[in-house]
This record gives sequence, C-alpha cells and structure tokens, in this order.
Amino acid sequence: MLQINCPYCGPRSEVEFRCGGESHIKRPGPPEDVSDAEWSEYLFFRKNPKGIHFERWLHRFGCGRWFNIARDTVSHEVLHEYAIDMPAPTIIEKTK
Amino acid sequence: MKRYSALSLFREGLNDQKGWQAAWRNPEPKSEYEVIIIGGGGHGLATAYYLAKEHGITNVAVLEKAWIGGGNTGRNTTVIRSNYFFRESAEFYDFSVKLYEGLSKELNYNIMFSQRGMWNIAQDRHGLEMLRRAANAMGLNGVPAEFHTETEVRRRIPLLNDAPRFPILAGLLQSRGGTARHDAVAWGYARGADARGIDIIQNCEVTGFDIKNGQIQGVKTSKGNIKAKKVALAVAGHTSVLAELAGFRLPIISYALQACVSEPVKPVLDTVVMAMGTGVYISQSDKGELVFGGGIDHYPSYAQRGNLPVMEHTAAGIVDMFPQFSRMRFLRQWAGIVDVMYDSTPVVGKSPIDGMYLNCGWGTGGFKAIPAGGFCFAHTIAQDEPHHLVTPFNLKRFETGALIDEATGAGIAH
Ligand SMILES: Cc1cc2nc3c(=O)[nH]c(=O)nc-3n(C[C@H](O)[C@H](O)[C@H](O)COP(=O)(O)OP(=O)(O)OC[C@H]3O[C@@H](n4cnc5c(N)ncnc54)[C@H](O)[C@@H]3O)c2cc1C
Ligand SMILES: [Zn+2]
Repeated sequence: MLQINCPYCGPRSEVEFRCGGESHIKRPGPPEDVSDAEWSEYLFFRKNPKGIHFERWLHRFGCGRWFNIARDTVSHEVLHEYAIDMPAPTIIEKTK
Repeated sequence: MKRYSALSLFREGLNDQKGWQAAWRNPEPKSEYEVIIIGGGGHGLATAYYLAKEHGITNVAVLEKAWIGGGNTGRNTTVIRSNYFFRESAEFYDFSVKLYEGLSKELNYNIMFSQRGMWNIAQDRHGLEMLRRAANAMGLNGVPAEFHTETEVRRRIPLLNDAPRFPILAGLLQSRGGTARHDAVAWGYARGADARGIDIIQNCEVTGFDIKNGQIQGVKTSKGNIKAKKVALAVAGHTSVLAELAGFRLPIISYALQACVSEPVKPVLDTVVMAMGTGVYISQSDKGELVFGGGIDHYPSYAQRGNLPVMEHTAAGIVDMFPQFSRMRFLRQWAGIVDVMYDSTPVVGKSPIDGMYLNCGWGTGGFKAIPAGGFCFAHTIAQDEPHHLVTPFNLKRFETGALIDEATGAGIAH
C-alpha cells in the first residue's frame, strides 16, 4: 500500500486518494482553431511512461483537493508531491 | 513435428518417456526476416502461426524478451466468452470462441478448453436491467445467451450465499463460454509455428527501431540488429514503451491487474461466475484451485505485482458470494501489466510508421481474443490491409470519434 503525502493534510494511506492520470496536459485552443487530430491527442493520447510519471491525485476522502505527484511506475515510489499549479520538478532518476 | 496422440502417450509410457522431442527449437536470430513479431505472448505466437498457415509466410521471427507465455498470457484467469454489446466486438469475439472450439484439434495440442458456461450475476435493479439489455444485444448479434431469474440461478449454482450483502436477482448465462489452459494456448501456437519454420527467439529484448523516411527497416535487440520490412508489435502492457522508441504515442494506459488462486480442493464449482455487484469473478481450475480476480489496480503501473486494497476488495467480494471459501488459503497471488485503451476496445491494424503494425489494447480481456487476434493480425500484416473483422479496431477512431465503448456497452470487467 502506498503512503501519499497530501501537501495539505500530510501522510495518508492510498485508499483515501484517487489517481487522476497524467498531469501538465494543456488544453488546446481556442476551440475553433483546433483540428480533430489535436483534440484526439489532447483527449486520448498519453505518455504512459515506464519510469517517472507526473500525475494528478485527488485527496478524495480527505481535504478534497487536487495536487501533483511524481511517482515511479515500476517501483511505485512517490518521489515528490507538489501543488497542482506548479511545473513538473526536475528529477534525476535514481539508479539502484 | 511429432504428432501427439493417445498411441504416442501409450508408447512413451512403455518407453520411460524418453522419446519426446522438444516442442520448438531454440534458434539464434538470422540477420534478416520478412516479418518480425515482437512479443511472444498468445497474440504474437498465434499471429506467427497463422502467417505461416494461412498466408505461407514462414520467414518470420517472434522476439520475446523473457520466456514465451510469461506475460499476461500466462498470468490471466483464462475466461473465454463473447458477451459483448456492440456488433463489431460480438462478431470478432464470437469468431474467437469458434476458433477456440476447434483449437486443440487444429494445433494437435490439448488446450483444455472447457465450455462450462459463464454467468453474470445481477445484484441490483440497474444490474438487472443491464443484463436484460445484454441478453437482447447478444441475441441481435447472433450470440446465444440465456437470462435466468434468481431461482434458476440458485438451482444451477447451489453454492451461492443464501443471504449475501448484495442480493442475487438474476443471471445471464453464455453456455459456450468457459476456460482453457493458458500456457497450452501459447505453447500450442509456438509448436505449430515452429513446425512451419518460424523462429521463436526467447531472451531477446527489442530495444529500438531502425526507421528511415517513415518506413521501418529493422529492430535493435539484446541479440543484435535484425532487419525486416514488416515489424508487428504484440507486447500488451509495454506497447507505449515500444511506441515511444518508434516516436509515437498511443491512447493506452498500463495498469496492474491481479489474480490469485487458493489451495486446491475437490470440485465445488463447475462454471464461471461474475458478480456484477462487486466486480469479482471466480472459477475452479482442473487442478482444484479456485481462480479469482477483480478490477485493475487504481493507478498506472509497470510492476508485475498487485497492491493490497484491490486484492482485499476482491477477496471480500468472493466471500460475499461464497462464504464457504472464507477459510481457504491463498496459494499464489500475482499481477500482469494490462494495456487499457480509452474505449476498452483493442487496436489491430497499422501504426503511424509504414511497415509497423499494432496488436494492442486488449486490456483485461485479451486471452479470449488470442485465436481471432492472431488470425486477423496475420491477415493485416500479410495483405498490408486490415482483416474485415478488425477494420473497426483502428487507431483513427480516436480522431473520427467512432469509438467502440465496451466499458459502458457491456460493462466489461475482464
Ligand atoms: C490477472 C489477469 C487476468 C486476466 N484474465 C483474463 C480473462 O479471464 N480472460 C481474458 O480473455 N483475458 C484476461 N486477461 C487479459 C489477457 O491475459 C491479455 O489480454 C492477453 O494475454 C494479452 O496477450 P498478449 O499476447 O497481447 O500479451 P502478453 O501475453 O503479455 O505478451 C506480450 C509479450 O511481449 C513481451 N515483450 C514486452 N516488451 C518486449 C520487448 N521490448 N521485446 C521483446 N518482447 C517484449 C513480454 O515479455 C510478453 O511476453 C487477464 C490478464 C491478467 C493480467
Ligand atoms: Zn488532503
């Protein structure tokens, strides 16, 4: 089970949270200038990396706020928690 | 290839089992092939088999980074069914069930397909309405299904809990559904492909691609570079990783899906039961183990192990349905990395790179699809044109909007 450090509430167990998928995706616009291919890319296509993933989480059964985490999708280690409006941190991948 | 038969079994019994030959060779890769298939799971191996058998293309290599069948094909709970909602899915998956029906004979390999029936159990009013709707959809799609009310469900599955937390209201039975031996499906196709001259190369990881002017030229592997003008991906949860190496992205997220088996016991359950209230399902293997699973873990993962909360939820669901099982011990628990598509429908067809083909997005339910997936993918590669059964399963649908949303259509869970 993961322990996630909510930036607002502190460390809590994984079951209090919901993962909202890849973060830092920018909505294209204005809508009338966006092609079908661009909408498709925005809506459906994802990095899905094997390694560090920057993703949004919601502290659903807690403060109810969204925030970002950087998590390794192989070890599941949570490397960094940061506010929803912060840019992705630079993380040097740990070599074990 | 020496054929297996009752007589050969008998003869080897007298011969101290010394006359068996290896089911496939262990060749080193050649420098060039007509077709390279990446991924030695069921889909990759079935594709190889049908390339040789249906299209006469035998200058083919299957490159597997570990051992064949060690991915999701050897980790799944082996449920085979075709109870889908949309016509496109029903046609394809029913074709797969039909191929499964003849597969042991076709491959001269006992895949132990047991059509013990597959039940979906409704546990609330909405579930009940979903089942009625599913029964009608299946009927319209020409896939036989039986709707039964509680009394009949309980008569057929006497072990069900008398007073579960989620009541048993009705059941939908696909009697042609069932289970098969997963390893045997991989091994049977491997043996058949090898016998037709196809090289199955294990411990050979693809680490990059050679692409010139948008056209594939070959692959880089842990055993050196290999050329091919056609390269076919069948790597399930790792499709995004390989796509990134080729320079494109996909509408796929990789998740861990868990399953577990109990200690073996005498036969107690002769069918497959899926509880719609809790999303868990169970069957009993021929060895006597109870095999059960539920939904995917809740966040993207490439770790082939599951997390505890989902496992707990799954076990709780099983115990609600069959309280007798609460005292049984887990024997093994594991996970596979499943390639979940946004609309829960696979992609079988062309990629953005010329000469590179995609077979992916099977998510939590691609074991049942192996024969048809391999058959249609082989056609797609050989003809450079999708087989008509997989034409709707193209990548363009995410742009045109022609999604086939089986998650809402059939409420697919595995
Ligand atoms: C727990 C669980 C339960 C399931 N239950 C069911 C079920 O009841 N019914 C059902 O129909 N489906 C079920 N599924 C889904 C089903 O197992 C899969 O959809 C199906 O096996 C996919 O087959 P495949 O050949 O595409 O993938 P896999 O069998 O995963 O094969 C892909 C292969 O590609 C290899 N590979 C990856 N990267 C590389 C590389 N770079 N180079 C070389 N090789 C590489 C892998 O090692 C792997 O062997 C379940 C899955 C899981 C995990
Ligand atoms: Zn919080």
